[in-house]
Amino acid sequence: MASKKTPDINGGSMADIAFLMLIFFLMVSTMDSEEGLSRRLPPMPTEDQKVENQKVKQRNIIQVRISSNDKIFAGNEIIDVSQLKDKITEFLTNPNEDPLLPEKKIETIEGFGDYPVSKGVISLQNDRGTSYRKYIEVQNELVKAVNLLRDDFAQHEYGKKYARLDEEKQLIVRKAVPQSISEAEPKDVKKK
Amino acid sequence: MAKFIKKKDDDASKINTASLPDIVFMILMFFMVSVSMRKMDRMVIVTMPQATEIAKLERKDLSSYIYIGTPVLQYQGLHGTDSQIQLNDSFRSVDDIRDFVAAERESLSEQDRPFMTVSIKADENTRMGIITDVKQELRRCSALKIMYGARKK
Repeated sequence: MASKKTPDINGGSMADIAFLMLIFFLMVSTMDSEEGLSRRLPPMPTEDQKVENQKVKQRNIIQVRISSNDKIFAGNEIIDVSQLKDKITEFLTNPNEDPLLPEKKIETIEGFGDYPVSKGVISLQNDRGTSYRKYIEVQNELVKAVNLLRDDFAQHEYGKKYARLDEEKQLIVRKAVPQSISEAEPKDVKKK
Repeated sequence: MAKFIKKKDDDASKINTASLPDIVFMILMFFMVSVSMRKMDRMVIVTMPQATEIAKLERKDLSSYIYIGTPVLQYQGLHGTDSQIQLNDSFRSVDDIRDFVAAERESLSEQDRPFMTVSIKADENTRMGIITDVKQELRRCSALKIMYGARKK
C-alpha cells in the first residue's frame, strides 16, 4: 500500500510569482485619478430659438471675462483671482439688498419651505487666447464661492457641512443655492 | 568566561518566509482594485491644471476622454508643437469629435447613454480657442455632460 502522505509542494517560488504579477500590474496600469470640475454645457440653440433672447435683467448678471492676456474682469473692473470669490459671494448673497445686485425670488422648495433664492447668474466669458490654466483657476473660484454658500446654508439649517448631508437635503441645498454659471457663447474679449 | 560565549543557534536565525507570498498577493490585490488599466498611449503631453474644488467622477466606464496638448517629442516632427487633439489613438481635428462621440455613445448600453461624460484633459498651457471649439462641437452633438480634468491642489 502506498504511503498516504502527499509529497510536499515547494512553496518557495510562490513569492517570486506573486512579485512578477505585481510588477506586471504596476506596468500596465495607471494611477490616473479621474477628478475634475463637472459642468453641464447649455444645449445648442436651434435656429428659431435665437431670436428670443434670454431676458435677464442687468442687475441679475455678472460678467466674468478673461482676456487673452489672462486679465480677469468682473463686472467692468479688473480684479485679481483672489478677490473673485468674495466678489461672487457678495453678488450671490446680496446681503444689503443693494438695488444693483441681483434680486431674490421667494421660492417654495419641496421639503423645506420658502426661501429667497438669488436670481443671479454668473456669465463666464473667455477669449481664444486665454490660457486653460487661468480658465480653470477662475472656474475653480466660482465653484468655491458657490460651495461656500452651500456650506453656510447647510451649516445654518442642518448644522452640518453640505457634503455630509444626505441626498435629499443636498438637493434642497442645491435648490436654495443654485450653481448658475453660464458659459456664454464664445466671444472675443478684446484687450483693454 | 565560558558562559558568555553564545552557542550558535541555527533555528532562530532563519526568518520564516512562508507568509511572504500572502503579503505580496495582498499588495497585488490592492493594485488591481485601485488602478485602472492603461487604455492607450498618450500622444500628447498633458499637465492638468490645479484646482481645489474638484469632484470625483462617479462612473469611470461612462466616460470618454479627449486629450488636448502638445504632441510628445516623437510626434513633434510630424505634427508640430501646437496643441493637438487626441482621440483614442490618433491625432484628430475638431470635426472628428462628432464621430468619436457617436461611437462612444453607441458603445454604451441604452440606459447609460444619458449619463455619458466627456472628460476633457487639457494641458494647462493650452489656449482656450481649441477648447472652445471642442466645447462647441460637443454641444452640437449634444454631449452636454463634461468634466474638466484637474489635479488636486
